[in-house]
Amino acid sequence: MAEVATARTYRLHLMVCAGTGCVSNHAFELKTALEREIEKHKLENEVTVVPTGCNGFCERGPILVVQPGNVFYQQLSVKDVPHLVEEHFLKGRPVAKFMYFPPEEKTPVPVLSDIPFFKKQVLVALRNRGLIDPEKIEEAIARDGYKALAKALTEMSPEAIISEIARSGLRGRGGAGFPTGLKWQLVRNAVSPNGGAKYVVCNGDEGDPGAFMDRSILEADPHAVIEGMVIGAKAIGAAAGFVYVRNEYPLAVNRLAVALEQARAFGLLGRDILGTGFDFDIRIKRGAGAFVCGEETALIASIEGRLGEPRPRPPYPAQSGLWGKPTCINNVETWANVPVIIDRGSAWFAGIGTATSKGTKVFSLVGKINNTGLVEVPMGITLREIISDIGGGIPGGKAFKAVQTGGPSGGCIPKEQIDLPIDYESLAAAGSMMGSGGMVVMDEDTCMVDVARYFLSFTQDESCGKCTPCREGTKAMLDVLTRITEGKGVPDDIALLEDLASAIKDTALCGLGKTAPNPVLTTLRYFRDEYETHIRDRKCPAHVCRQLNIYAIDPRLCLDKGKGCDVCRRNCASEAISGSKGEAHAVLQDKCIKCGVCADVCAFGAVRVE
Amino acid sequence: MDQRISEIVAKYGTDPGSVIAILQDVQEELHYLPRAALERVAGDLSVPLSRVLSLATFYKAFSLKPKGRHPVHVCLGTACHVRGAQLVLEKFERELDIKTGETSPDRAFSLDAVRCVGCCGLAPVVMVGEEVHGKISPAKVAGLVKKYRK
Amino acid sequence: MPKLTIDELAKMRDRTRRTLVPREGGEFRAKINVHMGTCGIAAGARAVMTALIEEAERRSLQDVLLTSSGCAGLCSQEPMMTVETVGKPPVKYVNLDPAKAREILEKHVLGGSIVRDYALGVGSEKTDA
Repeated sequence: MAEVATARTYRLHLMVCAGTGCVSNHAFELKTALEREIEKHKLENEVTVVPTGCNGFCERGPILVVQPGNVFYQQLSVKDVPHLVEEHFLKGRPVAKFMYFPPEEKTPVPVLSDIPFFKKQVLVALRNRGLIDPEKIEEAIARDGYKALAKALTEMSPEAIISEIARSGLRGRGGAGFPTGLKWQLVRNAVSPNGGAKYVVCNGDEGDPGAFMDRSILEADPHAVIEGMVIGAKAIGAAAGFVYVRNEYPLAVNRLAVALEQARAFGLLGRDILGTGFDFDIRIKRGAGAFVCGEETALIASIEGRLGEPRPRPPYPAQSGLWGKPTCINNVETWANVPVIIDRGSAWFAGIGTATSKGTKVFSLVGKINNTGLVEVPMGITLREIISDIGGGIPGGKAFKAVQTGGPSGGCIPKEQIDLPIDYESLAAAGSMMGSGGMVVMDEDTCMVDVARYFLSFTQDESCGKCTPCREGTKAMLDVLTRITEGKGVPDDIALLEDLASAIKDTALCGLGKTAPNPVLTTLRYFRDEYETHIRDRKCPAHVCRQLNIYAIDPRLCLDKGKGCDVCRRNCASEAISGSKGEAHAVLQDKCIKCGVCADVCAFGAVRVE
Repeated sequence: MDQRISEIVAKYGTDPGSVIAILQDVQEELHYLPRAALERVAGDLSVPLSRVLSLATFYKAFSLKPKGRHPVHVCLGTACHVRGAQLVLEKFERELDIKTGETSPDRAFSLDAVRCVGCCGLAPVVMVGEEVHGKISPAKVAGLVKKYRK
Repeated sequence: MPKLTIDELAKMRDRTRRTLVPREGGEFRAKINVHMGTCGIAAGARAVMTALIEEAERRSLQDVLLTSSGCAGLCSQEPMMTVETVGKPPVKYVNLDPAKAREILEKHVLGGSIVRDYALGVGSEKTDA
């Protein structure tokens, strides 16, 4: 192919300033030296030297700017050239010591642990987050992975392990907060029928909407969970374990599978672990999309290959669990805490937190909050610290209204209680619960009746149907809530909701049903006026319940700002907008189905919601 | 198909306790559970068809109806809900001209609502196949559908 | 891989610890760690990783370690990555895309100067009480 030299595309363009200032600073000598050195490395077809006019930075001359990349070299001398050409243009490594940095860029980058989002966090369960490659067991080992296991298998008796966990004050991180050491002791004491096996299970069926700490731990540090389970197995005398993971978490399942494989290859799982004679192995069971399987008896049924329906307790799984054998079930975060406690001692762990809630808790901080993410905080921290300091407050200058904890079993805590300390007892006293750690922040634009309806529609949908109070009761509550949000509520509805709630709480079979009314009860307790406004005035103060909204277009804004752009009419789902391009548009109320699309698509804020 | 299903069953060693795992693999392979497949699984494991069918209808991961080549799952978790996921779901219904739970006649798309895919930090979230799309608004729906329609 | 004994586990811990951070005379002088949990990937971490791999190949970089890890916690600013160079504390970058990642590779990893505009902070999180 015929090629003209001037049309050649060069990989790099070296712009040498040939302004008067730089020339007096030997810019031409620099140019010659560059060209010579480039030829020496046979780069002349890739790199070209271009003289440019003065760029005004004469005091730093001679100046060389490399494009693409805009790398700015200053005060270069001929003797710098060989190094520069070899490093940057041959090896592709720009040379920092020749570069110029404007004074303002010298202001230091903030220290990570001083940034509010990170400052108040204390990483225990998430100790390896973002630090190790979860698919390389060596990296976990380098961060003290399996160190506690070695200690537990060689230096500690099962009783000593259990008492260490008991003394640490660790409580179940899956929601209810049962003391972990006590649970282990119960399983250890239980006699397996026919002298048979005992099991450990990791509950990774993280079903609470708005919660993803378990997914994150399994994805970022699966070995912490595996190590915790092996230690637990040693303590209670189990030879087999299962991790039950949600099917919706394919990455977590894959990484866990890789980790199990590597742990086996390294002799940290399987026969004769670490040469100590202890045998234990773990299998993965994938969930199949049933929220109720997070309940421990339903989870057991699902592992056994049956319908994930709960059964009455007692007997608890500690006595009669998987295939009727004593079974120790803890959730992902609980297991991940175990190795650190064994490694660093119960006193260290018990030194974090409050009198009754020790250690840290991982929360997924989501909803109407600036810094969404996963935060691990010491127990006893206040909601205010989490929302204002770590979360960075509410977006768009909106007012904070409430925070929802505990998922569908929990409740909404109002802004008046923002100084509530986070521990199992305080949250329960406020009508909510610790739950697995979902923390959904709500602002003035969130309707609390709608939130209650949302959770009831969730539990109603996920009710397994086995017991009547849950199956029919949640349906009845949902019907009432739906009619309130559609402006068809009657004054007695609030009392009816309270009646239904207490009946379901008292009579439902499992935790799902018993706690299902909580979102309604807490919103009634703290936001009763919102229910009353919906019922009495047929208004939704937050403009969320769309059947109560009236959508209207401000003709002036539509025309002045939007020039009658017509986007709303084209997107309208029910041909309820009149007007054509260039004209002021209007909503035809009799045709409007209140889908809210016009308000969403209008770029000029001309659609008013009343 | 029978051959493939028997292979899947054989992988689990005909343990009737593995029936959920087997159905998951079949669902992954065929994107739904046709009756013939359920019969085959029941036959190979020597368990009643009623038991297989009860599992297939209890768990939400299973579908007795064919799903689209691009299964769309709109997350209705709490974080997505308070950030307007319902509007996104409704926009998908209009854009694809199917209701939630349905599959388009050309089997290109199916539309389902799911409870929390655990990406709450990016709410509202939509999954198309295995791909997760975060910070979706109704205005972004048409573009997303177009991307997959190609 | 032969199965480990307790002694070998401790040795592996010390050995790997030394190779995990870039150091003078070590195998690599910089480490780029892209945070790839489910949310990071959903926010575009895979595209960032791909861009870095291509850029490293294009420049024939032998001594820059490209690795991935799980979620770094700050979902609202995903995709994120951490850059560590010899003798310097790690730097976390946020809200990345392929172009920004390439720029960071050029200016920080190779050039040694932090790209202030995309950096969230330097140093590590506290992992202690």
